[in-house]
Amino acid sequence: MGNLISMEGNQAAAEAMRQINPDAMAAYPITPQTEVVQTFAQFVADGRVDTEFVTVESEHSAMSACVAAAASGTRVMTATSANGMALMWEILYIAASTRLPIVMALVNRALSANINIHCDHSDSMGARDTGWIQLFCENGQEAYDSLIQAVRIAEHPQVRLPVMVCYDGFIISHAVECLELLKDNEVQKFIGEFKSVNSLLDISHPYTFGPLDLYDFYFEHKRQQIEAYGPAKQTVIEVGKQFGSLSGREYGLFEAYHLQDARLAIVLMGSAAGTAKEAVDRLRANGLPIGVLKLRAFRPFPSEELTQLLSRFEAVAVLDRAVSFGAAAGPLFTEISSALFASNHRPLLLNYIYGLGGRDIDIEDIQEVGKKLQKTAESGKVEQPFDYIGVRK
Amino acid sequence: MKITPETGWKELPQGGVIPEAGNAEQYITGSWRTFRPIRDEEKCTNCLLCWIHCPDSSIIVEDAKVVGIDYDHCKGCGICAEICPPKIKAITMVAEKRD
Amino acid sequence: MSEMIEVRWHGRGGQGAKTAAYLLAESAMQEGKYIQAFPEYGPERMGAPIMAFTRISDSPIRIHCHVKAPQVVAVLDPTLLETVDILDGVPEDGTVVVNTNESPNSLRRTLNISGRRLFTLPATQVALEIIGRPIPNTPMMGAMIKATGLLDIEAVIANTRKSFEKKFNAQVVEKNIQAIRRAYEEVKSE
Repeated sequence: MGNLISMEGNQAAAEAMRQINPDAMAAYPITPQTEVVQTFAQFVADGRVDTEFVTVESEHSAMSACVAAAASGTRVMTATSANGMALMWEILYIAASTRLPIVMALVNRALSANINIHCDHSDSMGARDTGWIQLFCENGQEAYDSLIQAVRIAEHPQVRLPVMVCYDGFIISHAVECLELLKDNEVQKFIGEFKSVNSLLDISHPYTFGPLDLYDFYFEHKRQQIEAYGPAKQTVIEVGKQFGSLSGREYGLFEAYHLQDARLAIVLMGSAAGTAKEAVDRLRANGLPIGVLKLRAFRPFPSEELTQLLSRFEAVAVLDRAVSFGAAAGPLFTEISSALFASNHRPLLLNYIYGLGGRDIDIEDIQEVGKKLQKTAESGKVEQPFDYIGVRK
Repeated sequence: MKITPETGWKELPQGGVIPEAGNAEQYITGSWRTFRPIRDEEKCTNCLLCWIHCPDSSIIVEDAKVVGIDYDHCKGCGICAEICPPKIKAITMVAEKRD
Repeated sequence: MSEMIEVRWHGRGGQGAKTAAYLLAESAMQEGKYIQAFPEYGPERMGAPIMAFTRISDSPIRIHCHVKAPQVVAVLDPTLLETVDILDGVPEDGTVVVNTNESPNSLRRTLNISGRRLFTLPATQVALEIIGRPIPNTPMMGAMIKATGLLDIEAVIANTRKSFEKKFNAQVVEKNIQAIRRAYEEVKSE
């Protein structure tokens, strides 16, 4: 089993940050992210990192400090959850639009009201249009691995975009699991030296950041920014491959589990993907031709890749851990279905909302989804396109 | 690089940054003016209050003496005329005329 | 996955249920097992009833759902028996280890328990006598290992020592080890 150690998800994230040793970190503690900041602050206090840790009075200030630090030409990281990220809102856009390669650990938590500290993806999903790259993780190992990869993705010269590494609050952040860490020098070698672009502190080449930009140029700047998500997609794949040759754990835009010979598929993100794999194993043991598509990169969204992969399926269920209030379906479903609409062949589609505010989703719940998929495929007709898992009637 | 109103998205600097410092000078704002400050060199005591207060850095000073007004950038706000001490009143605002 | 064992720890905030769940997981990992351990988070305060869970398996653990039918339950505080359904989801052949002065037979009668393998240990008393503080988690670990045979007791002790050495002085570590050993010897079965 190699050098497995046991660690909580948040500790693993803090450990990745220690090994990355960023120039600056600005963060404000919030449940369930707290241990990331607390552990990292201890590393700073103990002199185990060279990071300038900026203590701030709010998340709005945290992200503002990150933007300033990144614009001054440094490697910057932060971490937050739910309402904390909501308070960062306007600055999230500024970070992405100014093309600043900030890396954030986002410990997914439900947004208020009412106050709930547990997991759902409403924080990530609300920020899906801010311009940040969003990578979702199934477990602590993926959170650790993805934070290290995120540095390379964010700083790639053709990308230069901030990255959110999203992992489920409590379910992952506070669970001890087995994982494998890289050596400090391996991480340093993998991420490479930070190369400053357009540094505010380069006084021989002064730059102006975030100037007034009206209808004569703003649109062109947005058009240019849109173009970065193509290289971002390629970079997620490439960095994931290189990380694979370093660690033996290869990553991509998504993970296909038993999809090759399947005619039914379940699409989802985050910690429930592991539970879904178990459910799929059981369904397959009963002869159901089913697999799991675990999406890792929600932004950039792998539209063409998913269309190519899913169009030949008979029926696909998309599981959303967030709501888009007033919309016809969950945010992940909306993306998947609009991607597939361009295809001549497309599967029958079902959408389920699950796990809001930390509501459990277990193996049996997902097996039920599998059975509904089978029924749908057999009848060739979608009876109920939109439903919930685990909510009381 | 020279950015003009015709510059397309591919040529613009990444992240909307302005890669050169001080290029506000290239933006001629003198045409915004409807009143022009005229300075009477005889009356002026070179107290430099106008120079301190001018929001567009349009009072040209050399060796601690006012030597002129930068009409390419002066927007004619009149602060200089207003701030000039009452006993001196070396600057008067005169309506711009089309020549 | 049939080889996966799920353990539920019942305690009150401050009694070390979470530490016990994590310790058991770490010890199992040292023995070459795959593990998962997590607490149930709610409005936890000192004294509030809490639960923590350990999963142990021969293969990697992928599921991230709640533990609903644990094969093993450890109850760190006898007063919880009045307020918490400690048998919830526990199968007929499950193992229940309770910190109480009562014998397993008498506990079975008072709580009207059918089936399950019952074990008891006055763990608070053991903790008070040896450690000097009413923290029953380490003796309950010893009792649970004896009751279930899940892991080798020496491996658990070695891992507890390793883990506690990071947080406590040598005296506290040794007392906890002593408490585990005594509990392992003294836990009562039916």
